[in-house]
Amino acid sequence: MNAILECNSLTKKFSNVVALSNVDLTLERGRIVGLLGPNGSGKTTLIKILNGLLVPNSGTLLIDGKKPGPDTKKIVSYLPDKSYLPDWMRVSDTIEFYKDFYEDFDAYKAMDMLKRLQLDPNRKLKALSKGTKEKVQLILVMSRQADLYCLDEPIGGVDPAARDYILNTIITNYNENATVLLSTHLIADIEKVLDDVIFIKDGQIVLQSSVDDIRMKEGKSVDSLFREVFKC
Amino acid sequence: MQWELNSDRPVYLQLIEQIQAGIISGHFNPGDKLPSVRDLAADAAVNPNTMQKALSELERTGLVYANRTSGRFITSDTELIQNLKKQSAKSQIKDFLDRMELLGFTPEESIHLVKKTLNNEL
Repeated sequence: MNAILECNSLTKKFSNVVALSNVDLTLERGRIVGLLGPNGSGKTTLIKILNGLLVPNSGTLLIDGKKPGPDTKKIVSYLPDKSYLPDWMRVSDTIEFYKDFYEDFDAYKAMDMLKRLQLDPNRKLKALSKGTKEKVQLILVMSRQADLYCLDEPIGGVDPAARDYILNTIITNYNENATVLLSTHLIADIEKVLDDVIFIKDGQIVLQSSVDDIRMKEGKSVDSLFREVFKC
Repeated sequence: MQWELNSDRPVYLQLIEQIQAGIISGHFNPGDKLPSVRDLAADAAVNPNTMQKALSELERTGLVYANRTSGRFITSDTELIQNLKKQSAKSQIKDFLDRMELLGFTPEESIHLVKKTLNNEL
């Protein structure tokens, strides 16, 4: 099978600031991949190009051999770094919303996960805490049968217990042939669930490796290696 | 089962060790059916791929075997488990002796101290 994601000399500039510079990257299927880098390193830019929200200045990005567009949105499940669901919606409305938008959305699965969270589907998003809202959005995203899950800072603003819940939801809900790409700078919390990591710095990929290789060769955690590579 | 994973060694190696420890301690009995990869992975809060890798490695050593239709089982070969137990005891003792050496005790002195400790004479 072909790679789920392929970037060739992908470059994105914002006026004269280079956000991504000649990025070459290939992601295989069936992996959980951490996209790791400090703030402003280009993580979100890459993810936005992947989801068709930004257009690169040069180079190509192919998802399952296709350029970002309606066809790729069918197979990419995207969790943005900001909420885009209207506040007036009830949790049950968001489920209907996803059902309308995505053929591969499993409403039954989403309801089941909400039930296990003991969350009343009649509550409005406005009334939910930040952590709960993030959990709801993750549930929506993970209830799709996608080929690529693209999660931008899924554990950003939540407490450690909620982080565990989110990671557990990710590892128990992606299917074996799907790839999960998740960006974060909270490495210590997630490294035990990652197969591979990508370090991104100033818009360039500085390392792509399996987590086992890093631990084996360097004898240290990804977190410690990250602190070394990105030392300020 | 309580899983304890530290972050400076490959996770699959630690999973192997802990499943082995589970077999030795009797948490898993000879011939027991193992939970599915997904359930084990969720229990240990690790990636299913990693758990799969650990189990494949255990299969290679014969401690675990896969039955095509009904899942994975702990070996019924008690001799194999006894051997594992001995290996594990040996490495614990070696570690202990190494640390005692750092404190300046020869192996003979260490054995003597162990006996004294057991008799509450230390």
